[in-house]
Amino acid sequence: MKAIVWFGMCCLYGLSFSVAHALTSQQVHDIVSGETDTRIESLQKTLAQADAQTAVFLQALADDAVLVAGQQVLIVRDNKATDAVTNQETALPAGAENVVSNNRMRGEIDSALAALQLLSPDDALRMKAAQALLSEPDPSKKILLEKAIAAEKNPAVSQLLLLAQAAIDITNNDAKVRLAAAKALGNSKTPNTQLLLNQQMTQETDAAVKAQMLASLADIKSALAWGERLGALFTGLSLGSILLLVALGLAITYGLMGVINMAHGELMMVGAYATYVVQAFFRKHMGGAFDYYLVAALPVAFLSAALVGALVERAVLRHLYGRPLETLLATWGISLILMQTVRTLFGAQNVGVENPSWMSGGVEVLVNLSLPWNRLFIVLFALLVLAGVALLISQTRLGLFVRGVTQNRAMASCMGVNTARIDTYAFALGSGIAGLAGCALSQIGNVGPDLGQGYIVDAFMVVVLGGVGQLAGTVYAALGLGVLNKWLEGWTGAVLAKIAVLVFIIIFIQKRPQGLFAMKGRSAEA
Amino acid sequence: MTPDLMSQGVERLEKHKFKQVQALASGGRHASFSRIHQPGELDLAHGRILYLEDVNVSFEGFKAINNLSLDIGVGELRCIIGPNGAGKTTMMDIITGKTKPDSGQVFFGSTIDLLRHNEPDIAQLGIGRKFQKPTVFEQLSVFENLELALKTGKGVKASMLFKLNGQQQDRLSEVLHTIHLENHLLRQAGNLSHGQKQWLEIGMLLMQDPKLLLLDEPVAGMTDQETERTAELFLSLKGKHSLMVVEHDMAFIRQIADTVTVLCDGSVLAQGSFDDVQDDERVIEVYLGR
Amino acid sequence: MKTITLPQPVRLLSPLGWTVFIGILLAVGVLVPVLNLWVPVGHALHMSDFAVSLIGKIMCYAMCALAMDLIWGYTGILSLGHGLFFALGGYAMGMYLMRQIGTDGNYKSELPDFMVFLDWKTLPWHWYFSDSFIATLLLVVLAPGLLALVFGYFAFRSRIKGVYFSIITQAMTFAFMLLFFRNETGFGGNNGFTDFKRILGVPMATPAMRMLLFVLTGMCLLGCYLAARWLVQSKYGRVLQAIRDAESRVMFSGYSPLPYKLSIWVISAMICGVAGALYVPQVGIINPSEMSPANSIEIAIWAAVGGRATLIGPIVGAFMVNGAKSWLTVVAPEYWLFVLGALFIAVTLYMPQGVLGVFIHIKKRLKRSHGESS
Repeated sequence: MKAIVWFGMCCLYGLSFSVAHALTSQQVHDIVSGETDTRIESLQKTLAQADAQTAVFLQALADDAVLVAGQQVLIVRDNKATDAVTNQETALPAGAENVVSNNRMRGEIDSALAALQLLSPDDALRMKAAQALLSEPDPSKKILLEKAIAAEKNPAVSQLLLLAQAAIDITNNDAKVRLAAAKALGNSKTPNTQLLLNQQMTQETDAAVKAQMLASLADIKSALAWGERLGALFTGLSLGSILLLVALGLAITYGLMGVINMAHGELMMVGAYATYVVQAFFRKHMGGAFDYYLVAALPVAFLSAALVGALVERAVLRHLYGRPLETLLATWGISLILMQTVRTLFGAQNVGVENPSWMSGGVEVLVNLSLPWNRLFIVLFALLVLAGVALLISQTRLGLFVRGVTQNRAMASCMGVNTARIDTYAFALGSGIAGLAGCALSQIGNVGPDLGQGYIVDAFMVVVLGGVGQLAGTVYAALGLGVLNKWLEGWTGAVLAKIAVLVFIIIFIQKRPQGLFAMKGRSAEA
Repeated sequence: MTPDLMSQGVERLEKHKFKQVQALASGGRHASFSRIHQPGELDLAHGRILYLEDVNVSFEGFKAINNLSLDIGVGELRCIIGPNGAGKTTMMDIITGKTKPDSGQVFFGSTIDLLRHNEPDIAQLGIGRKFQKPTVFEQLSVFENLELALKTGKGVKASMLFKLNGQQQDRLSEVLHTIHLENHLLRQAGNLSHGQKQWLEIGMLLMQDPKLLLLDEPVAGMTDQETERTAELFLSLKGKHSLMVVEHDMAFIRQIADTVTVLCDGSVLAQGSFDDVQDDERVIEVYLGR
Repeated sequence: MKTITLPQPVRLLSPLGWTVFIGILLAVGVLVPVLNLWVPVGHALHMSDFAVSLIGKIMCYAMCALAMDLIWGYTGILSLGHGLFFALGGYAMGMYLMRQIGTDGNYKSELPDFMVFLDWKTLPWHWYFSDSFIATLLLVVLAPGLLALVFGYFAFRSRIKGVYFSIITQAMTFAFMLLFFRNETGFGGNNGFTDFKRILGVPMATPAMRMLLFVLTGMCLLGCYLAARWLVQSKYGRVLQAIRDAESRVMFSGYSPLPYKLSIWVISAMICGVAGALYVPQVGIINPSEMSPANSIEIAIWAAVGGRATLIGPIVGAFMVNGAKSWLTVVAPEYWLFVLGALFIAVTLYMPQGVLGVFIHIKKRLKRSHGESS
């Protein structure tokens, strides 16, 4: 009985072979059964002769909707079974088993589906498929690609397809083919092509091809250069905006009040952990509104850091005014206590803070320049905070009192200003801004007990460079240092760039000890 | 031989010695031409120990010193008076090197350009300053304060190996006696009264043995008796040293001044003997009142 | 005119002081070796190897605290980067010790292990004289000294003072720490130097060598103390204190502060370098975390706890704080940082004169009450 069925199937297969470009049941059967290696081989072979039904079948495979019952292969969707080859509805036979595909198989199925997009009626889909193939050339898709090129009517897609073919041809045995491919690839100004050419160049033996590769590489490089420059500028601005946030609080506590706060980094850490707590709360109790947790986290971070700051000021710093070196040591002690408290409460490991969905991803400005949304938002945020602080200091009564108290305490006190309370408010303001900085940092980096340690030296450098007494100095210094640091990184690597920046500041301070913007005339310190 | 004849004789002798010293400095001749010029050495042959000309200083748009021209004779006791903000302390800052003027000339003697030197150098050249607020070294004793001010090598090695020799000990005792702090030798300077601190600072000035003393409100906060003693001290210093005293106490100034200069708004308003200045209309209007 | 008796020049130490000094000298040089090497293990008076190495380590720290007192207590310059000088001295000695390993390392090569690991074929230029003990001794003093000279010259010349100076010293040590963490710098990267075998051909892991290092450290500490005391009691020391109290006044008295500040800064750096060089053979390891800003700030707190401007105070402070640290990190490690932080705050708020200051205060009170009652 079995032999008769088997013979019948062979005839059917023989018949199906005569229909050259249609999906055959033999093909289907080979793809769903046997070892993964043979299955993949069959898949590749089938691709070469693909048609619309192949796409349907492969999609079903990817969706795990394929069952096999004996020699029959069925696709089951919504409890309706269709034959995989003919696409006719049939009854679901008993004993049908699911087709299982391992990861490798899945990968092959996915890439086959992608390649099939090359033949899709939709222009946009074809374009996408061509780009994908160009970034990751796959020699096994060569035949399919040639078919697509032959059938392509759209000139833009056609160009991409030709480039994709060149990307495959670059590994051809024939030197002439490689030469032509190298030349063609010069038109693809993407980092992926750059990488491909670089990789192939190390294995290239033919001198002419090599020369052409170099020429193409130079072309691509000059096109990408702008992207790289702007990219460096943006990361510099991003770092600068972070430094600005970090240093702004310090500029208030040191610049206006003369208090050196070595615990400033830890106040940032408090803000970051406050954000973490808010995030956990939202996740647990308000899952639906998770994306808006930042809106609640900002005031919580500000207030928690401000409260800690106020506490520190009242308990410790109040008794140390006029003694800057002692203040330095006492605040270092506070930083140790804060760090150890957080370690005890939350553990010594980093904790995870996720971006809300509207901050994930980025906007692609150029081929090789993608600006992440979270960093863009932080730049904006830093500017907003700066504007807020400037307005507060210059336009409000509180700001006036703060300025008065810091310039002439005795006189302000005679005028009825409660200097002790103003001190607390001012320090709390500076600490609160540190908390906001911590909240911002939690969005782009790790949150752990030593979050503050990484930024404290930079923050002090900004204040020292910018000069005290004016916010403008802090702004220029922060942005300038951020850009300088990132620009140097491109040349010397991160560590040496940081060292170079520190050395630069030390030398700059020799020439101009008062910093960029300093208060002239008879000041208290002079 | 009566006592006042004796003292007259002593005075004449001193004047003669002074002339001799001056004559030596000018190579035996009084004329200034063809005199041997020693750059860096103080040259007093012209009779002027301090010379300011057309000095200007502004702080953030505010003109503190405005075309100030002033000079002080060798051995003179000049008093500077004027309202607050007239620029008296700023003028001292410029002379001692603490502030650099925007324009103008400041000379010590006829050869030393003070604008080219820094504070320690100017102090070593022979200009001593007493500050408005008594500035002594609070943690050190009276003895140590005076020892620090002693006129001797001020370098690191000299200080490490320093030991008071007999002559220096005598000088120290002498100054201690002059400032009436013999009983407070080992007291920490920070524990002295305000008047005593003023005296200690004057003592430190004396130890430096400067040729020109700049004294900024030396009797502020002193009792009448202490003020009297200070006047006596300054009068005894006059002649061998030149003094510039800034003060508001008119009785004190009347007692000591040779010449009085009135500063107002950063420049010289009037100059002359005490009586001349006291009667000057402009000075009355600006400072003395009716 | 009444003759005034001026105070006589102060002797280096009072008779009581000399007695105590000789006592400590004998304790370090004779008593401890006897208690550790000769008295058998298990005996009540035996001093354990652990105690010897701990005290040896703390004596090195005490030298740093002494150096800190010279520039902070007496000259008013708070340095938050002295750990760098300590580490440089340590690295200089470390280089020598690495060379002394010879071919006994993991890779059985003439080159130190980490160089083989990085695939280097020859010694870099800064290792050229590291096999000479004399050259190493010179480097131990010269490396921190020269760095201090250059840094100090430029900093003091532009009259950077106060907190600005402190922040810049912190930046300096931070920058060097980053530099030494890199493998390419050629100092062992973040692993540093360890696994030492010999000094001058003599094996290091023996009790005799440990005791020798201990005694040497003790002698150096005592010697530095005497030298510091001589400096501080001279007019030079008084000028330093004057600079601390009223720098502008000092200038107007004719002293240029720059050579004074620079000289004491360099001397202080060299003492720290020597301390580092004695430290490394005793603990057996040196790595860039010795240059961390936290280490340098701790030196300042030892001086503050003990009592600034007393020379003995910082030594006492170093012993007290490090003793507490050794004890607490074993008994209740999660509390150590709380205690240290609280110590910083308590000392600055309530004990600005340190522990010694409290003693002196009590002594004065007793004397006064005695004086009144008698």
